[in-house]
Amino acid sequence: MRKLRVVIAKPGLDGHDRGAKVIARALRDAGMEVIYTGLRQTPEQIVSAALQEDADVIGLSILSGAHNHIAPKLMALLREHGMDDVLVLVGGIIPDVDVPKLQAIGVKGVFLPGTPMQAIIDFINGNVRVRA
Amino acid sequence: MKATAGTARERWQRETLEPALKKAPERAATFTTISGHPIARLYTPDDVDDIDPVQDIGAPGAFPYTRGIHESGYQGKLWTMRQFAGFGTPEETNGRYKALLKAGGTGLSVAFDLPTLMGRDPDHALSLGEVGKCGVSIASLADMESLFDSINLGGITTSMTINSPAAMIFAMYLVVAERQGVSWDRLSGTIQNDILKEFIAQKEFIYPPRPSMRLITDVFAFCTTEVPKWNTISVSGYHIREAGSTALQELAFTLRDGIEYVQWGVDAGLDVDAFVPRMSFFFNAHSDFFEEIAKYRAARNIWARVMRDRFHAKSNRSWKLRFHTQTAGVSLTAQQAYNNVVRTALQALSGVLGGTNSLHTNSLDEALALPTEAAATLALRTQQVLAYESGVTGEVDPFGGSWFVEKLTREMEEGALAYFDQIDRMGGMVEAIEQGFPQREIAESSYRFQQAVERRDKTIVGVNDFVQEGEPQIEILYIDEGAADRQLARLKALRQSRDNGRVDAALDALRSAAAGTGNLMPLLLDAVRAYATLGEMCDALRSVWGEYEETPVI
Repeated sequence: MRKLRVVIAKPGLDGHDRGAKVIARALRDAGMEVIYTGLRQTPEQIVSAALQEDADVIGLSILSGAHNHIAPKLMALLREHGMDDVLVLVGGIIPDVDVPKLQAIGVKGVFLPGTPMQAIIDFINGNVRVRA
Repeated sequence: MKATAGTARERWQRETLEPALKKAPERAATFTTISGHPIARLYTPDDVDDIDPVQDIGAPGAFPYTRGIHESGYQGKLWTMRQFAGFGTPEETNGRYKALLKAGGTGLSVAFDLPTLMGRDPDHALSLGEVGKCGVSIASLADMESLFDSINLGGITTSMTINSPAAMIFAMYLVVAERQGVSWDRLSGTIQNDILKEFIAQKEFIYPPRPSMRLITDVFAFCTTEVPKWNTISVSGYHIREAGSTALQELAFTLRDGIEYVQWGVDAGLDVDAFVPRMSFFFNAHSDFFEEIAKYRAARNIWARVMRDRFHAKSNRSWKLRFHTQTAGVSLTAQQAYNNVVRTALQALSGVLGGTNSLHTNSLDEALALPTEAAATLALRTQQVLAYESGVTGEVDPFGGSWFVEKLTREMEEGALAYFDQIDRMGGMVEAIEQGFPQREIAESSYRFQQAVERRDKTIVGVNDFVQEGEPQIEILYIDEGAADRQLARLKALRQSRDNGRVDAALDALRSAAAGTGNLMPLLLDAVRAYATLGEMCDALRSVWGEYEETPVI
């Protein structure tokens, strides 16, 4: 069986990458193929990485408060490229009032501080598209 | 024959402890600090018999300063209560500063937004959604003038948390002072200006390591003659710890960074005793109470020895490690946020008992957002309760002589020196960073800790134990987009109203100086006076030095 392919990305100017790196490693240890984009990726770069890597999942780590700008742009780009079926997750510091906004534009999972890694792994396994 | 401590301990173990353990076993097979450092169940004089109380520990205000740099501890002077703050526009932050000063704060500490920290103007594509979010947006001298409006720079001390563009922001501060009529030799405060920990941990770098180090030594050299009371650098372990290091790694990498800066200053031709006394440090106060106290005590001891023996500093001002402490942001939980008040108070207490010279206490809501004014005030009150009610400010270094704390302090020292050896063998900290060494060490520790939390080997109250469903939400500070819009409008107006010919000439001069070897501070001051923006100044240097791209280490 093909391994699940996950792109973990740090969009925006923030460099606090502890969470992104920990989750990247946890997903890898859980048997997924993880591609970590590194810092300061634009939505365009992230989508292009996901396209190139044939990603099943994109995980964005955002702590700076820029999620309301970055996520809509990323979702629009995914639609443009016909990649609506890629599971998009956001982790980081997201005010409660913004969670439904992200969900409304198609972000399937929003993970706040303190989320166990296993919960994210389970969420991915339960929600990722089934591939032919 | 008189029983030695050793045999007494063996007897206690045999006759008292072991029967007790048979009846009631311990809660775990091993006990460790939050950093994973092993802790014995009991410490006795045997554990410290190789520690000489005079040579190795000494007295407060005397070499090697393990017990503090001040002879009379906090009986003489309390620590500076310095609360880091900044958000939105310069005007909004100016209002918060005035409130903090009115509430009894004794120094300001500026938090900048990410575009400012990364040397990007608010209208740059990468600044989208980030303007004024994590701190205040400062794009030019005009913003700096608003930030300190009606605050006399001669009457306060200001700490500015800025690294890659530290020299540019500092130049703006100097010009504001100039316009207030405050002479530079009266200015006192700190710029963080610590690029090494950016490469290691926080990742707010712009230029490659070597030109970045040059900017820092330029600031050192400039301040020795022009701004003699300014702390030119705050060598920071805070961010290293927040990135997931252990207490020992925080200590070792921070002090080794300090050594690197001193070496670069010496190599640039500066006299050690002319610039080292203006270097300061910045540590994290994490949750493991005794480990933190040992860390601060070890830091002072190591620095004193390194300065005397490695760099042959003659002045005791070079030997004394002064440091700021901030409680651990990473320990705060979004769940049951009021628990954070208790965490912060305990962490702050460890900083105080470790002899910190200034302190920031985090607010209870910081796992969720930037703090509200009420939360920030409570954080300051926490310090005031420690300072004025708890009684811990009387005796100097109250844990001095504790077998446990002295042993832990010694273990910290030994561990740090072992890391120094390893880094020295790589050629220095710049080389170690280029090889990804500290980055890898930290990534490893942070992953190990997360696994311990998942296994519930380490408990986080309200997160992996004592969880509460349906807890009420607390009120948080929500930063709207208005601040970004106002900053963009202001920047547009500035670009139209200033003398752009003068700006271009100043930036040209900066570019050619950057290609040479002269001190860049005078050129930055000229550019600031012409109202060149931060992004323009940083771009001028980007065009000469290029930008750093890291190879991520997972």
